[in-house]
Amino acid sequence: MTGSEILITALEKEGVDTIFGFPGGAVLPVYDALFSSSLRHVVVRHEQGAVHMADGYARATGKPGVVLVTSGPGATNTVTGIATAYMDSIPLVVLTGQVPTALIGNDAFQEADIVGITRPCTKHNYLVKDIKDLATIVKKAFYIAMSGRPGPVLIDLPKDVLTNTEHFRYPDEVSMPTYQPTFRGHSRQIRRAVEGILQAERPVIYAGGGVVLSDSAKELLKFAERLSIPVTTTLMGLGGFPGTHPLFLGMLGMHGTYCANMAVTNTDCLIAIGARFDDRVTGKIDEFAPYAKIIHIDIDPTSISKNVKVDIPIVGDVRLVVKEMSRTLSEMKVRGKKGRLAGWRRQIEGWDNTHKLSYKKSVNKIKPQYVVERLYELTKGEAIIATEVGQNQMWTAQFFKFNKPRTFLTSGGLGTMGYGFPAAIGAQIACPGRVVIDIAGDGSIQMNIQELATAVQYRLPVKVAILNNRFLGMVRQWQELFYGSRYSSTCIEVMPDFVRLAESYGAAGLRAAAPQEVDGVIKEALSIKDRPVIMDFVVDREENVYPMVPAGQPINKMLLV
Amino acid sequence: MRHTISVLVDNEFGVLSRVSGLFSGRGFNIESLCVAETMDPKVSLMTIVTSGDHKVIEQITKQLNKLINVIKVNDLTGQEYIERELALIKVHSTEDHRAEILRIVDIFRAKVVDVGPKSYTVEITGDEEKIRAISELLRPFGIKEVARTGRIALARSLKLKG
Repeated sequence: MTGSEILITALEKEGVDTIFGFPGGAVLPVYDALFSSSLRHVVVRHEQGAVHMADGYARATGKPGVVLVTSGPGATNTVTGIATAYMDSIPLVVLTGQVPTALIGNDAFQEADIVGITRPCTKHNYLVKDIKDLATIVKKAFYIAMSGRPGPVLIDLPKDVLTNTEHFRYPDEVSMPTYQPTFRGHSRQIRRAVEGILQAERPVIYAGGGVVLSDSAKELLKFAERLSIPVTTTLMGLGGFPGTHPLFLGMLGMHGTYCANMAVTNTDCLIAIGARFDDRVTGKIDEFAPYAKIIHIDIDPTSISKNVKVDIPIVGDVRLVVKEMSRTLSEMKVRGKKGRLAGWRRQIEGWDNTHKLSYKKSVNKIKPQYVVERLYELTKGEAIIATEVGQNQMWTAQFFKFNKPRTFLTSGGLGTMGYGFPAAIGAQIACPGRVVIDIAGDGSIQMNIQELATAVQYRLPVKVAILNNRFLGMVRQWQELFYGSRYSSTCIEVMPDFVRLAESYGAAGLRAAAPQEVDGVIKEALSIKDRPVIMDFVVDREENVYPMVPAGQPINKMLLV
Repeated sequence: MRHTISVLVDNEFGVLSRVSGLFSGRGFNIESLCVAETMDPKVSLMTIVTSGDHKVIEQITKQLNKLINVIKVNDLTGQEYIERELALIKVHSTEDHRAEILRIVDIFRAKVVDVGPKSYTVEITGDEEKIRAISELLRPFGIKEVARTGRIALARSLKLKG
């Protein structure tokens, strides 16, 4: 077989059904092999879009996303997408073409040292120098991407490796002595953690993206309900615990709810599950959860005691550890009691009642939060939601109630504007029967708007709801609050007419300029099943996201509505 | 505090860059780094001298362990270990100073490995202090060039402490 055929066959063996990519000189041999393969290839309009699509596909399904691009600019265009996936621990396998091995290092046409460039933003990467290694490297790449703390893996494929021939043998298993993630938590530590939790009077569970990644939402729900422990999640953790559950406090951190931030500040036992104490969560680190004994469950040992000192660390797969914790409870014959922690929950309810998530309603201006609420209601919360980055992202996190994991796709760690739309396309391809909506800002959506053509080409009914305030809203908000309202470069003066833009691509374009029009536009968009729809919501221009913890402040010092 | 960390890695291209990139990317400092093949040609041994508080060193060892090509990380500091460094010192030597330079070389059990009309090149092996000491003693004669290897280290086989 040629290297290209080996590659395609290996992908099929890995159970890959879809590849997102863009052809070019160095990967011509692979594209030729794809031509007669059963793999579906989605041709994008920009390589960054391909990576975000594969990322959205991976987040929505739990399967690894696969990308195929050419050498040089094709490869460098993937970098933002790879860094996005790396920060959020999303499994991807990115295949890049490379100039023939004899030319590497010669500044050949379309040559870039992509292995060097992506070394710090991949979990691991490979340059295949010999066709004999190709099959094993593909096997290892998928194993590394999916196991332990997931992440993107890049394979650089010189053209001669793709055209040479070799006998195909695909290993059934890989064993890598230097890569052995810990899956099972240490049983004595688990017992200590459970004892700590049982002694606590004001415990809080702080759940992160690890709950979603390890598919442990059910286990978490069971554990929290059994002990009546309130749960807050990070942005990445949304959907990992039902958003409408009475124990749910909402998101914590910079734009977290008042009650979540107060609960975490006052807790005596913080149970961090698959979360990494990011600065947007902790605020001023010295005053984060100052009274708490901290239990930290994470599969990545480097996450533990990186930002805060942890009292009881447990390294392991979140699902296995939480399951084991529940089993330990049974062993200790602990039964859930109805009135357990009633006082603590009353205190939290008090915080919640004083400052519920809210906004000033208006009859003549569309409030962006109102659009998010209506999207939630009219989709009955069943949609897969992607977001861009900024105010649109935070309002979605606050006002859309995510009840199920893998229904919220957002760039949390890197904060990549332009992520949401291609991610939504990837999710729509993975889940053709679902309603998929990208909640966007007018700034972000223009960072990957070219993928509208991709969505039209594949007749994807993906929806984009633009909360259009003609500002780079989040940056403007910071300028208003911390830079004396000097709106330096945040007012977007030239803006396309999004309705006509959609139509020019062959998509549907709708606009709502008054609150009464919002429902009509959403309903019409939901009824369109054969092409993408852009909904342009002309919203109140200077609406801010509240609560807000100013950067560097402790999280109980919030600016409120 | 200064730590000497011994790291066994796959002997593959790009591994040094993964390790050094980890240090630069996360703001850890490297005082010296030595790497060479071990008895097993598939494996290299790196000796890294770094500094930082307990928390930083913990992160460094964890992050190193996380690299796919790292086989084993051993923080030697706090254990009994031997460390050596080799330096080549080219020292200015006029006729009236040669005898004295040779005496110093002798005292330190160093070697003169090259002789020129106006210079000696001295090879010295030892720990950092020894190299610093001989450098200080040779300085008055005029040191022209110095090349140092950085430290290499191995844990002692017989542990007498504790």
